Amino acid sequence: MSGRFLTLLGKTWLGLILFFLYAPIIVMAFMSFNASQYYQLPFEFSLKWYQDLAGNDEIIAAATRSVLIALVTTVIATILGTAASVALFRFEFRGKRFLQVMLFPPIAIPWLITGTAMLIFFFGVGLGRGTPSVIIGHVALALPYVIVVVSARLATFDATLEEAARSLGADAWTVTRRVTLPWISSGVIAGALFAFAVSFDQFVVSYFLSEPGDSTLPVLIYTSIRKGFTPEINAISTIIIVVSMAVMLFAARFSNFGGER
Amino acid sequence: MAEVSVQNVTKHFGTLKALNNVTMDFPDGGFFALLGPSGSGKTTLLRAIAGFIFTDGGSIRIGDKSVEHIPVEKRDIGMMFQNYALFPNMTVADNVGFGLRVRKVGADEERRRVGEALELVQLGQHGDRKPHQLSGGQRQRVALARAMVTNPKVLLLDEPLSALDKALRVDMQIELKRIQREIGITTIFVTHDQEEALTLSDKIGILKNGTMIQAGPPREVYSNPADVFTAEFLGEANFLSKDGKGVLGLDAASIKLPAGTGTNATLAVRPESMSITVDEPQQDDMSKLPATLERRIFAGAMATCILNCDGQVFKVIARDQDIPELKEGGQVWLSWKPEKTIVVPSGG
Repeated sequence: MSGRFLTLLGKTWLGLILFFLYAPIIVMAFMSFNASQYYQLPFEFSLKWYQDLAGNDEIIAAATRSVLIALVTTVIATILGTAASVALFRFEFRGKRFLQVMLFPPIAIPWLITGTAMLIFFFGVGLGRGTPSVIIGHVALALPYVIVVVSARLATFDATLEEAARSLGADAWTVTRRVTLPWISSGVIAGALFAFAVSFDQFVVSYFLSEPGDSTLPVLIYTSIRKGFTPEINAISTIIIVVSMAVMLFAARFSNFGGER
Repeated sequence: MAEVSVQNVTKHFGTLKALNNVTMDFPDGGFFALLGPSGSGKTTLLRAIAGFIFTDGGSIRIGDKSVEHIPVEKRDIGMMFQNYALFPNMTVADNVGFGLRVRKVGADEERRRVGEALELVQLGQHGDRKPHQLSGGQRQRVALARAMVTNPKVLLLDEPLSALDKALRVDMQIELKRIQREIGITTIFVTHDQEEALTLSDKIGILKNGTMIQAGPPREVYSNPADVFTAEFLGEANFLSKDGKGVLGLDAASIKLPAGTGTNATLAVRPESMSITVDEPQQDDMSKLPATLERRIFAGAMATCILNCDGQVFKVIARDQDIPELKEGGQVWLSWKPEKTIVVPSGG
């Protein structure tokens, strides 16, 4: 009796979590297809807001900028992160454990603080605000994720395979390209998708580091909301959510969260 | 193919002396075993020859080249790993062809030589398979073919047979020896299995705590071990005395010693060197001892007898038909030819 009660309680709990997690998103997506500007019911299906969105040059420009910044961030963070993971896997050196441990705090430190610190730092070194600063900031944020995901995959890699390749005459680069990378490729892809998601969804750091008039999509959405809410925002938010969720599901599929497939 | 020479090689890992002034020659075309218990430095020595470990001192030559400062990939070696280390993402043919592709021999030559190598290990039909589709023995053959296909100067095998079950291991020993003879490549293998070392090799190097205790042909190290450790490690031994102190309370006059035996020597006899008789042997030139038969373990053609000789447990292995029919607890005589007494110099 109590077993069944506990099961029921657990299921209810899970249901509530999922409800509070997804209900606002579903309402928002729903309203982006509602003709009324003031969320009035009854619901009347319309693609009006999506059409308006297509004609909104400011939003399109910000979206394009966001995608480009995310792509550049992904490429840089994936290459640096994979190289770092391979180095951490292959070599024993002084301070290696310290370095590995220091990878985690940036994930835990609030982005508001990271963003403030970066803004101060970039002004300090004379770089100031702008797209280069945004990209550097995003790479710094994405790097730990890439290293964690790729290292998890490398943990399943048999190091004697590298020794075997070397004994057959392969230099370090050939060993990496022909033996190591094929094994960790799923981890690298998953890491790249994480990096893309971190950059594309990034608000705080982007808000602090981008120049006015040169903002990314999340920043533009925030400033638009302050001026006045339009269902166009619902429409673009729905698109972002669909794309982000697709990317994350794809990443989860590839990384299997570090486990063996 | 080439000879390999290791001279006064030393390697420290922190405070641990993994290799301590090790010297051994591996003449061209021979089959050599590095034998020792775990932690003896045998694998370290093999990895130093391969180039995975750079030594702290001494010299290693492969052919006429000094290789101490040459990295693995430039040493022109073939190596087979304990777990085979086949590339899981490549087919058998691509695995075997890896070293040729790195050397850029061209697609036609690669196909031809991979085909030949797979024929040699009797896997001609398996080129398209992936490693996970093969049995343990087949994987091992692929690893061997991959290590040899580039015609390396020396073939290094790290516990090559330890992952196989016993029956397959004996088959592969014969196979390995056949292939090695066929291509005549200098081969060095590491093992902790003394029987394997005695069976396969032309010369055995015995290591203990990073030191080369003895190096020589199997028969020589078996019958003239340099120290007590080697005598015990290379097979069972019945000790008559240790460091000149008799383990037997008896008057040892009945034991005939080879001329020139020092007074501090350790004396031992291999279980298969002793014969058991009911009556005292009459030949004067035999060493002999009285003993009590405690147990007789039948094992087909051979039998093992456990005897008690003045409080010491002795083991004798003989053809079953050569052992007299006796009740357990019966009195017998052990006898052996004087030259079968192993004399181990003292202080070893």
